[in-house]
Amino acid sequence: MNQMTSLSRRGFMIGVGVGVAGAGLTISFLGGFGPALAQDAGTAPEVNAWVHIGRDDVVTIRIARSEMGQGTLTGLAQLVAEELQCDWSKVVTEYPTPGQNLARDNVWGEMLTGGSRGIRNSHQYVREGGAAARIMLIEAAAARWKVPASECTAKDSVITHGPTGRTVTYGAVAEDAAKLAPPMEVPLKDPSTWTIAGKPVKRLDTADKLNGAQIYGADMKLDGMLNASIKACPVRGGKLKSFDQAAVMKMPGVRKVLAVHDDAVAVVADTWWQANSALEALPIEWQGGTPYNSADFEAQLEEGLRAREAFVGNRQGDVEAAFAKAAKVVEATYRVPHQNHACMEPMNATVVWTKDSCKAWVPTQDGMSALASVAEAAELPVEKCEVYKLHLGGGFGRRGSSSGDHVSQAVKIAMSMPGTPVKLLWSREEDMQHGFYHPTSRALIRGALDAEGNLTGLHIRIAGQSILAALRPEALKDGLDMVTMQGLAPADLAPGMETQALKYTFPNLLVDHAMRNPPVRPGFWRGVCANQNAIYLDCALDEFAHAAGRDKLEFRLAYMKDCPELQAVLKAAAEKSGWGKKDGVHRGLSAFYSFGSYTAACAEVTVDDDGKLKITRIVAATDPGMAVNPQQIEAQVEGSFVYGLSAMLLQEVTFKSGEVQERNFDTYNSMRLEHMPLVETIVMPSGGFWGGVGEPTIAVAAPAVLNAIFAATGKRVRHLPIKDQNLREL
Amino acid sequence: MKKLKVNGQAVEVDADESTPLLWVLREQLGLTGTKYGCGVAQCGACTVHVSGRSVRSCAVQLSAVADGDEIVTIEGLSKDSRHPVQLAWAELDIPQCGYCQPGMIMAVAGMLNHNPDPSDEDIDLEITNICRCGTLARVRKGIHLAKTKTSAGEPA
Repeated sequence: MNQMTSLSRRGFMIGVGVGVAGAGLTISFLGGFGPALAQDAGTAPEVNAWVHIGRDDVVTIRIARSEMGQGTLTGLAQLVAEELQCDWSKVVTEYPTPGQNLARDNVWGEMLTGGSRGIRNSHQYVREGGAAARIMLIEAAAARWKVPASECTAKDSVITHGPTGRTVTYGAVAEDAAKLAPPMEVPLKDPSTWTIAGKPVKRLDTADKLNGAQIYGADMKLDGMLNASIKACPVRGGKLKSFDQAAVMKMPGVRKVLAVHDDAVAVVADTWWQANSALEALPIEWQGGTPYNSADFEAQLEEGLRAREAFVGNRQGDVEAAFAKAAKVVEATYRVPHQNHACMEPMNATVVWTKDSCKAWVPTQDGMSALASVAEAAELPVEKCEVYKLHLGGGFGRRGSSSGDHVSQAVKIAMSMPGTPVKLLWSREEDMQHGFYHPTSRALIRGALDAEGNLTGLHIRIAGQSILAALRPEALKDGLDMVTMQGLAPADLAPGMETQALKYTFPNLLVDHAMRNPPVRPGFWRGVCANQNAIYLDCALDEFAHAAGRDKLEFRLAYMKDCPELQAVLKAAAEKSGWGKKDGVHRGLSAFYSFGSYTAACAEVTVDDDGKLKITRIVAATDPGMAVNPQQIEAQVEGSFVYGLSAMLLQEVTFKSGEVQERNFDTYNSMRLEHMPLVETIVMPSGGFWGGVGEPTIAVAAPAVLNAIFAATGKRVRHLPIKDQNLREL
Repeated sequence: MKKLKVNGQAVEVDADESTPLLWVLREQLGLTGTKYGCGVAQCGACTVHVSGRSVRSCAVQLSAVADGDEIVTIEGLSKDSRHPVQLAWAELDIPQCGYCQPGMIMAVAGMLNHNPDPSDEDIDLEITNICRCGTLARVRKGIHLAKTKTSAGEPA
């Protein structure tokens, strides 16, 4: 959800654009991976930036975006391979490094992996990369045969000369192809002819994830490497005052205790367990900071709901006139808490620093900004630094472009031990204490109904924290944080918002935001503001339909009459679930548009006499326009319910005297199998546009279930998470 | 030096007896397939087998491991990923980021050791691992599929 903002840091780096330093330490790598791209392995030069083909016909496809579970690595490879017409069974992938991208004038484009943009924002140029390579390979074969290229075709990595039937494999002509000038025109295939893209192929990265071979950042091991654990001041904004290193220096394995920046202290030891044990035993004094209490902030949010001043995000017609004439006015207040990403792999980075270079191994969603973080912390020119990306053990926005705090810390620790590799791994407690939290907000929703039960006016007042105000104030638009308007905005609110626009049509509408910022750093969190905005809109529509005595499907469809795609997904989910059947099943609906995709869900629940919820089944429908890998889209839809329903059911970060109270998964829980409903996914790509997949379904997860709970109980859950609320006694 | 038997091999480790088995495996023996997720036996990413039973190795001190205990980690679950659970996981393409999956696979394999035909209720009670990406729906399908497989990959 970062597309509307300019990244000043990257802008700076692109401007630097110089060669990557070759100097550095010789390091042997566990697991056999390293910084070299395939062409450096002594086989053949790359055909182009996206494609390398070895003499053994192995096709190496470069993937600029990060793989964090969402399947983008496989999807991007499918798109390149489709145009390349190569043998899919011989495809492997590799990450170019941020330093190489910089040195080659950004040839791989954007590396930032967020906002469900991995495929939808790069499909064009990666397909062109594959197509250009195919054209060059055919030209090379034709030149060798001294025949016109137009007489040759390529399929499954074999080039055939039609008139003579001669064949040659890609690997045999790849070196010749690499010497050719790239084609001026690169036509792309009609998606209806796709044989690799658009198909439910298996992921390319599964095998190593089944046997422990996959190396994550937390698993990094370099020769001579030491391990560090860190503790930053738990009070927001507080500083490190002092620590008594003598108390722990004699503990097993301890090498060093040091201050990091002005707010943290780290222990470096032979093993991480030793480092963390010493850190736990280390006497530390903190000072200052803001003794922020979540409970106190609730009043500010409540005040914001009725404040006179607010930033207007969407205004259509005359909403106050509609309320003045209303036969009935329905009001409801909803509330969502702060939440933490809680990636399964805690934050980490491994760094080697010398006065001439700094190398970092980082599981990051944005290699380029990680490189900037490294260079800044290392106090070295960017061209003397390098970042090696690793698969992420979860990202969800925590490892994005504005959250390089742990990377910077790791560099500072490594700087204190020149030439020695150091891995900094946060404890889970540190990860919970120092997140970039999904912002808290409340919404007051008012609906004006006429005598016939039509919604004549709608006002959504959101009061809450702004992400942009904290992380990228330069991106505010006359003070408005357009991210707060996700899914509720007019398409022309700001560049990029057309893929985050409201797809309902209301005659009189006002959506505004009373910004109330607590002293807690917020962050982009999988789904971002679509998650709560969909709750606000879609639970309110449910309330209005109920007050109007109208069928909730019919009511919604009436207000999405200008958007057949949204109508289609909602109808598909409702029909498959059995909406309207008199079968005693309690159902709830939701439909939303975000990240360029149309999503809908129909949830089925039971609530027992004690108020205990069981979500039995969810039918979900998604229209992402183009579907590159339908089975992975299903996986993302299923996962979106885990993410969205974990938030709805269980997750809340609270602050007391400036400290996070939920220190681990025992108090900040996540859904387990016992909570998991059956999910049936309808992937219904209508073609012609490219929507996101990893996030949009999260928006409909909670409102569909909340609306189903109302169907079951007649009670509205308006205060999230549900946690231990008795659903029959709200 | 403490003697252990890990993945069928006798090994000796030099670590404080209070060190959790998780960190002995990861840092003394280099078996990084077993993951750290919480350190308080909540998430299950560190699940390994001790004498055939699933344990959360972050909460097992080295001192609690006896000489005769057979420790199996994800690296030693099978040769060439041919354990029925791994075969089912591959067939359904279950892992997303994959970080929790070694623990998930070991937990499921441990359950099938003592309960070869678990019901959904059994699964709910015993497989309580956290997955933040959200593979849970496929994990359930994978467990039911694994029940039908032998280590050769053919239906039992």
